[in-house]
Amino acid sequence: MINVQNLTKKYGNKTVLNMEHLDIPKGQSFGLVGNNGAGKTTFFSILLDLVQPTTGKIISNEVDVNNSEAWKPFTSAFIDESFLIGYLTPEEYFYFIGELRGRNKADVHSLLSQFEDFFHGEILGQKKYLRDLSKGNQKKVGIVASFIGKPEIIVLDEPFANLDPTTQIRLKSIVRDLASNQDVTVLISSHDLMHVTEVCERIVVLEKGDIVKDIETSEETLRELENFFSGSLAN
Amino acid sequence: MFKHFIKLQWKSFIRAAAFKSNLAFSIFLIFIGLYFCATFLMLGVGAYFIIEDLELGDPLTIVNSFMIYYLVADLVMRYMFQKMPVLNIRTLLYQPIKKNDVVKYSLWKTVASFFNIMHAFFFVPFSIVLITQGYDPLGVLGWHLGIFALFYANNFLNVMMNNLDSIFYPLIALMLALAVSQYYGWFDITAFTQPVFQALYEIPWTAILPWALLIGMYLASFSYFRRHMYLDAGLATKQAEAKTEDYAWLNRFGNLGTFLKNDIRLIRRNKRSKTTVIMSVFFLFYGLFFFTQSVETLDHPTWKVFAGIFISGGFLFSFGQYVPSWDSAYYPLMMSQNIKYKEYLNSKWYLMLFATVISTILSVWYIYFGLDTYLAILVGAVYNIGINSYLVLWGGAYIKTPIDLNSNKNAFGDKQAFNAKTMLLTIPKLLLPLGVYMIGHIFIGETAGYVMVALTGVLGYVFKEKVFRIIEKIYKKEKYKTLLAYSQKN
Repeated sequence: MINVQNLTKKYGNKTVLNMEHLDIPKGQSFGLVGNNGAGKTTFFSILLDLVQPTTGKIISNEVDVNNSEAWKPFTSAFIDESFLIGYLTPEEYFYFIGELRGRNKADVHSLLSQFEDFFHGEILGQKKYLRDLSKGNQKKVGIVASFIGKPEIIVLDEPFANLDPTTQIRLKSIVRDLASNQDVTVLISSHDLMHVTEVCERIVVLEKGDIVKDIETSEETLRELENFFSGSLAN
Repeated sequence: MFKHFIKLQWKSFIRAAAFKSNLAFSIFLIFIGLYFCATFLMLGVGAYFIIEDLELGDPLTIVNSFMIYYLVADLVMRYMFQKMPVLNIRTLLYQPIKKNDVVKYSLWKTVASFFNIMHAFFFVPFSIVLITQGYDPLGVLGWHLGIFALFYANNFLNVMMNNLDSIFYPLIALMLALAVSQYYGWFDITAFTQPVFQALYEIPWTAILPWALLIGMYLASFSYFRRHMYLDAGLATKQAEAKTEDYAWLNRFGNLGTFLKNDIRLIRRNKRSKTTVIMSVFFLFYGLFFFTQSVETLDHPTWKVFAGIFISGGFLFSFGQYVPSWDSAYYPLMMSQNIKYKEYLNSKWYLMLFATVISTILSVWYIYFGLDTYLAILVGAVYNIGINSYLVLWGGAYIKTPIDLNSNKNAFGDKQAFNAKTMLLTIPKLLLPLGVYMIGHIFIGETAGYVMVALTGVLGYVFKEKVFRIIEKIYKKEKYKTLLAYSQKN
């Protein structure tokens, strides 16, 4: 589904991303872990063609994302609040995304109804613009909006950050549901090792732009990751 | 302590993303500033003799009678243009800095503003001329200091009424009504205000009163700032009650409608964009300078075309200039969503088309000044739609200033509701049609000039697809730089 070839990103002399090769098969739930500055967001930004790679390319479903816009219909993402339109109400925002993805209001509503628990009554019908919602609630809107229109690739940057414990648990079950669907490839980045090991089938660890670990998630994974990160602490 | 503030301010200035790409603009702005200084200087030196030559009466009396309008106009200018003195106050709140110092610095920074200094270029030479012409030096000094204090009182008044649209717009309306009623001789407010200003000269010690006012204003704005320096008070963003709006009638336009809906919401729900709409309403009256023959040099058909372009294109210029900056806050979304550049640009183009048509219809009352006057506006509208709509979209690709849509939401916000750069960029868009008109006018005649300008516009419209492809390419090329520049706001 996603195929990374000799991808590097440099700012001046500093290499922030260096991925020789990475294949993410269709339907995989893929976790990206790393400390600050490891290149997680840069990788996602290149995948979404928001940042140009210095060398190499990402082929997403046979589309070179840097040269064609054909990846847009089957890809959706929530990276940060710059994916939200502050002066819209949540409803208007969902409809807007729906219209862009060929979904009418009824379609959008039937999707939203599955997330009533997740919204916890704080999103719909609140008479508030997105800019006036709390950070956590904004995040909920952005995450759910990325599910609209049956995308085949969903990219979520730090989806667990800023969410309250209840919502984190609900989000985990939502992501697990998505992951069990073999048509959807989910890419998640996180600082929280526990969360990613719980929801991702495969975890890649980035350090200063390099892939230093590529693990199939198992019982041992959490311990392995913890050892790795405390090891890099010792160094 | 102030040393740190000044350092911060300087850094935020030179490190802004917009600064590098707009160095040429900054220099140009300095020139505009110098131009204003020169104009005021000449007025200051010349006003006395001009009034004397026109035999209007005693120059000081005349100046005093217009002083009330001058002061109000100054306040209006400040309200719209003068940026509030914001250091990044939020981050300083929990630092070991006395709040009073932060407030003091913020206020004193406004004192050095160009909006205050500008007037000195008029009043200093004017006062000197008065003395050389035999006016009582002590009286002139009293008058000068008194007026000086009044302008600074304006400065602090502006700080306090930063967010009071409900007071500001009625005030403008009131002053306009007074000006009109004075013009028609119904009621002359200057009969009441003129003696007040005159008294500053007649009885010099009365200058103490404006100074007392100034000190009062300073203290009031100090305590206003000080009182509102809490996260849930002056530093909080106001929340309006939101209502979901459908605009279902736009659905028939398909994807285009989707964007148009959003653009309408953008304009209606954000202060910055609302200001733009208000500005374009002012543009509707711009023609009065040209068509009333009040200014002799402007009484030439070429200027009618010029006015026509401005009248019908006010919104096109003030809004279009900032495509795509209006969407800067969520540009990454727009760039990664299922959106084609062409549709995006097209929706902005249609928005400008609608606005131009509406402006043209609203300006139908210019027929009062003759049919050819309205013809000039129609021709201007055609040219705006055919050519200028592309030019603003094109230029917009290079303006990488992120727009903070809520920027003037509270007293501490950065309010650049209307930018001088917008005005500057419009100049090349006006010279070409004037040239085309001149050629037609000189070689064939007035009507031919109009026809030629209109034809140029029509020609532009014919090539719409082609031009859009070019603009699309530019947008694509600039995409990454634009994204980077927009992300620097946060």
